[in-house]
Amino acid sequence: MDLLNALVALSNFVLVPAIAYGAQLALGALGVTLIYGILRFSNFAHGDTMAFGTMATILVTWWFQSMGIGFGPLPTALLALPFGILACVLLLIGTDRAVYRFYRAQKAKPVILVIVSIGVMFIMNGLVRFIIGPGDQRFADGERFIVTARDFQAMTGLDEGLALKTTQGITVVTAVIVVAALFWFLNRTRTGKSMRAYSDNEDLALLSGIDPERVVLITWLIVGALATVAGVLYGLDKSFKPFTYFQLLLPVFASAIVGGLGNPLGAIAGGFIIAFSEVTITYAWKKVLGYSLPESLEPSGLVQLLSTDYKFAVSFVILLIVLLFRPTGLFRGKSV
Amino acid sequence: MKKLLAATAATALIAGSAGAEEIKLGVILGFTGPLESLAPHMAGGAELAMSEVSESGKLLDGSTVTPVRGDSTCIDAGAATAAAERLITAEGVKGIMGADCSGVTGAILSNVALPNGVVMISPSATSPALSTAEDNGLFFRTSPSDARQGVIMTDILMEQGIDEVAVTYTNNDYGKGLADSFAAAFEEAGGTVTINAAHEDGKADYSAEVGALAAAGGERLVVAGYVDQGGSGIVRAALDAGAFDTFHFPDGMISSKLEDNFGTEIDGSTGQHPGTDSAGAAKFQEMAGEAFDPGSPFSAEAYDAAALIMLAMQAAGSAEPGDYKSHVMDVANEPGEKILPGELGKALDILAEGGEIDYVGATAVELIGPGESAGNYREIVIEGGKVTTVTYR
Repeated sequence: MDLLNALVALSNFVLVPAIAYGAQLALGALGVTLIYGILRFSNFAHGDTMAFGTMATILVTWWFQSMGIGFGPLPTALLALPFGILACVLLLIGTDRAVYRFYRAQKAKPVILVIVSIGVMFIMNGLVRFIIGPGDQRFADGERFIVTARDFQAMTGLDEGLALKTTQGITVVTAVIVVAALFWFLNRTRTGKSMRAYSDNEDLALLSGIDPERVVLITWLIVGALATVAGVLYGLDKSFKPFTYFQLLLPVFASAIVGGLGNPLGAIAGGFIIAFSEVTITYAWKKVLGYSLPESLEPSGLVQLLSTDYKFAVSFVILLIVLLFRPTGLFRGKSV
Repeated sequence: MKKLLAATAATALIAGSAGAEEIKLGVILGFTGPLESLAPHMAGGAELAMSEVSESGKLLDGSTVTPVRGDSTCIDAGAATAAAERLITAEGVKGIMGADCSGVTGAILSNVALPNGVVMISPSATSPALSTAEDNGLFFRTSPSDARQGVIMTDILMEQGIDEVAVTYTNNDYGKGLADSFAAAFEEAGGTVTINAAHEDGKADYSAEVGALAAAGGERLVVAGYVDQGGSGIVRAALDAGAFDTFHFPDGMISSKLEDNFGTEIDGSTGQHPGTDSAGAAKFQEMAGEAFDPGSPFSAEAYDAAALIMLAMQAAGSAEPGDYKSHVMDVANEPGEKILPGELGKALDILAEGGEIDYVGATAVELIGPGESAGNYREIVIEGGKVTTVTYR
């Protein structure tokens, strides 16, 4: 019985939040990694792309809510998601036409494109704040919990509760569907194969008749969809604030790099590694050990490896170690 | 010709210093940055006091007082120092009402006010570190130090029989100062602080922090943060995970945003923030009218800060900071006739006749120790999703 309590406490405070956060990071990292693999630059505007897509979704959600359209127990934002994706994709393609295409035609070096993307980041940053403002926006509706901590305690008779939020459930389910669809597309369809060919060897792909502009267009389409889904899931689970999305850039990039830039599988693994390292290494094990150990061995301290102040240091130490020993990331990404 | 010019200039100077003049006072607040929503109401309070004095025409033989605003940004010490430098050297202000946040206030005090010998009265810097900062008697505040808030918090929790709490604070001068002074006071009173952990504002995910707080346990979670920032994130995550049901909120967390964000979910939570139910507070509310929101935090403190500078000038008979700095404590404290908001003209008369006043103002000001308010607090409880007053202490 006590072991069960330990397991429930661990799930409630470590496993469930880390899995949901990991799924959000993984979706963000997938977008970064696709741009890196196919367009060959690190897109620093990705955090703000997520913010823009989420903002568009929020606006449509509010419109739906004002008309009384709901999605039963699920958040209305899921209905609005396609519109958000559309707006985000239009913005990305517009940016590509106006900015990136110019540098692509010049065969600009990746580092120049990185700096260009920082400029784009600032513009998108301003755009989002201009439209929706810098403050917090909450747009989650519908049923908040699948199981609340209280109900779980009542149901099982355990001392510890396990809360499972609807948004956490949706996050994981959506992430699985999106990732499965993406891998099917990249590995099974003709367009997906042509994208991978373009990513592996640009010149060879051009020689075999692959239209580069089409590959670029489809990449932005997918990136826009991934960024919006990641942003909306994150916003539903926590809350929407432009500045937080800008800050998300760091863990998202860390995930993509740990997994191996340019490798989609690596991006997913990286997302979970970063999320779990942030939550587990700074977790205070007092409660869990208190339940699982015999009374005589019960710890009196917090049994915390590192204070939570260091949680960001943890993900960057992992990043450093990976880069030192496997410069291309855990899953053998690319290096330019 | 040269002599004539020199003579004219000299007469002009003498004439200027003897008769009525225009005195400039700096109003340095975070008009941009994390406190930008509060700054206009604080400035409104300070400027209300200045216009009241100017209109009375009784300050130093009919001198008028003009406010000059400067932006402290609340967080950027460099920008705040530059703003203060400009007000003193270019505008020639004779005193500063400000700054607002503890970090920039300390920076302006040591870099600008101290070298230039200008008096500063802050309406809202509450860090305990400012009590011991070197100030040559130039720095005062109409808000209490957070060391005092720590003691008040301890009293409130102890009276409810809560002797084990977890503490989380926003990682800056304000949060750390408040959390440490509270932990010291609470442990001295026999309570236990199970964990005293920082959280960063504006971060993506707070489950790690909440995990640690929940593992440490406690009857209540003390959140010394900002409601617009990480404080709400922590409360949200703690509620969702079922880690804590009730919280204790110091001043940075109490606003209508708290009601909007959590409503009845945090029923039974307690808190406190500087406030008073004295007659002065009601009078101040009445005077402010539609110009600004007098109920906004630290607006009344700003009125008092500006009023104290001008009353001290009158008591000293001079607008020079070096002359009037020693009179600030005299006009703020007993003995003397009690002065409420709107009675500044009467106070100036009494002082001009050589009498004594005890400025009570909008916040029942009583300056203690190194020139800071003794502090009156409003204890609140969340009931039915609303912030309700329990008592004033």
